[in-house]
Amino acid sequence: MQHYSGFGLLKHSFSHHENWQRVWRNPTPKKKYDVIIVGGGGHGLATAYYLAKEFGVTNVAVIEKGFLGGGNTARNTTIVRSNYLWDEAAHLYEHAMKLWEGLSQDLNYNVMFSQRGCLNLGHTLQDMRDIQRRVNANRLNGIDGEVLDAQQVKEIVPVLDCSDRARYPVMGASWQPRAGVARHDAVAWGFARGADTRGVDLIQQTEVEDLIIEDGTVVGVRTARYGDIRADRVGCVVAGNSSVLAKMGGFELPLESHPLQALVSEPIKPILDTVVMSNQVHGYASQSDKGDLVIGAGIDGYNGYGQRGSYSTIEHTIQAIVEMFPVFSRVRMNRQWGGIVDTCPDACPIISETPVKNLYFNCGWGTGGFKATPGSGHVFAASLAKGEMHPLAKPFSMFRFHNGALVDEHGAAGVAH
Amino acid sequence: MFHIYCPHCCEYREEEEFHASGQAHIPRPLDPDACTDKEWGEFMYFRANPRGIHHELWVHGAGCRKYFNITRNTHTYEILEVYKVGEKPSVVANEAK
Repeated sequence: MQHYSGFGLLKHSFSHHENWQRVWRNPTPKKKYDVIIVGGGGHGLATAYYLAKEFGVTNVAVIEKGFLGGGNTARNTTIVRSNYLWDEAAHLYEHAMKLWEGLSQDLNYNVMFSQRGCLNLGHTLQDMRDIQRRVNANRLNGIDGEVLDAQQVKEIVPVLDCSDRARYPVMGASWQPRAGVARHDAVAWGFARGADTRGVDLIQQTEVEDLIIEDGTVVGVRTARYGDIRADRVGCVVAGNSSVLAKMGGFELPLESHPLQALVSEPIKPILDTVVMSNQVHGYASQSDKGDLVIGAGIDGYNGYGQRGSYSTIEHTIQAIVEMFPVFSRVRMNRQWGGIVDTCPDACPIISETPVKNLYFNCGWGTGGFKATPGSGHVFAASLAKGEMHPLAKPFSMFRFHNGALVDEHGAAGVAH
Repeated sequence: MFHIYCPHCCEYREEEEFHASGQAHIPRPLDPDACTDKEWGEFMYFRANPRGIHHELWVHGAGCRKYFNITRNTHTYEILEVYKVGEKPSVVANEAK
């Protein structure tokens, strides 16, 4: 693998940057692999990377129907935080946070992880009680967090309307200084490059049409482009399309796929150097290094696989942003898009064995999967390598919906939906 | 943006007046005391999530506040039919896999 460094950049500048190696190969798949990962998004590529790097399983293929990182990895608002209420979720997201903190060095790829902090605003007394409870829970779990009052919030974000003239005045916020944002595409590309270097085959433009199941055990996948590809274990990491793949496996998942929209403004000068989220007025914003405001919305209420949502949802989001930041009222929006998020009834993911032997699912991340990318990949890789679920993944079994051991993060974790 | 025909008001109204309430036609358990945990789990949490034809319950929340059903394609978002609660859909998905 070509090592990236400042020196390398200088060296290649002499040849007008025309001699950089290709970042990954475009191989034809073998007949059989130890592990096949369906889905070449952030989580799938991270799984492949950690399988090869940490667990020595290099006979791995990632099968992607489009191009790498072209689904929700390319469509999210890039926020990374770990301030979840319940122990199970907090440990999982904090595991990811610790990996984020060394990720650029680990991958030798700049994922532009910027720990600029995240504010979750409180607008009502109940918001503030919930925030206090959550911050206390976070601190007991070793996760940084502070409860701020409106004055302290104002000091961090001067452009936020913290006056009592606001329709929903800001009463305070939770503040996680280690939270931040990362460059979403770079995360997928960095993991892809790291996995490819270690021998993982990244098979793009290849849709899985069926799972091959013999005697209740998965033995491979069927593709239109390359026919049958066999594997000892199959891990599905396909976000919004998880229900479709589960149906191929002959079982159902407690998921509903919804459109989730986001939008960016025209680039403006630096004005917002942190992440601001509000559940109450229902919007969140940060500013990218390029200068555009990255704005997130709520999900559209209906099921949808169309990667687009309704205009009314965008309008409500913009209303929330202007409510919080009157100064942005005349900023023009550049682009808007939607992804398909697979939401679970308890707003927590499913990282699980399934009724089919050797078939594993990593899905249900809903509206907040990006922040977990390295952690999700790491625990899923550990589970696929050993054939036994990683301790951090165990509480997220799909069978929790049968025994009632839900991890209810709805509204409890600063989950903005 | 949907333009939805409310079968109670008998007119087309904008999507914002409506609220999607999830999958339609979920029967309550006939004998609740005899249900296993698995059956309760499936009744509570497991929903059809097809990429294609889907029957769903909507409520005209900012209108007549009555419930009705829609058959809709979740991929193209096309609304195929609207029918009242208690009626059967005339458009159904081809279940052959």
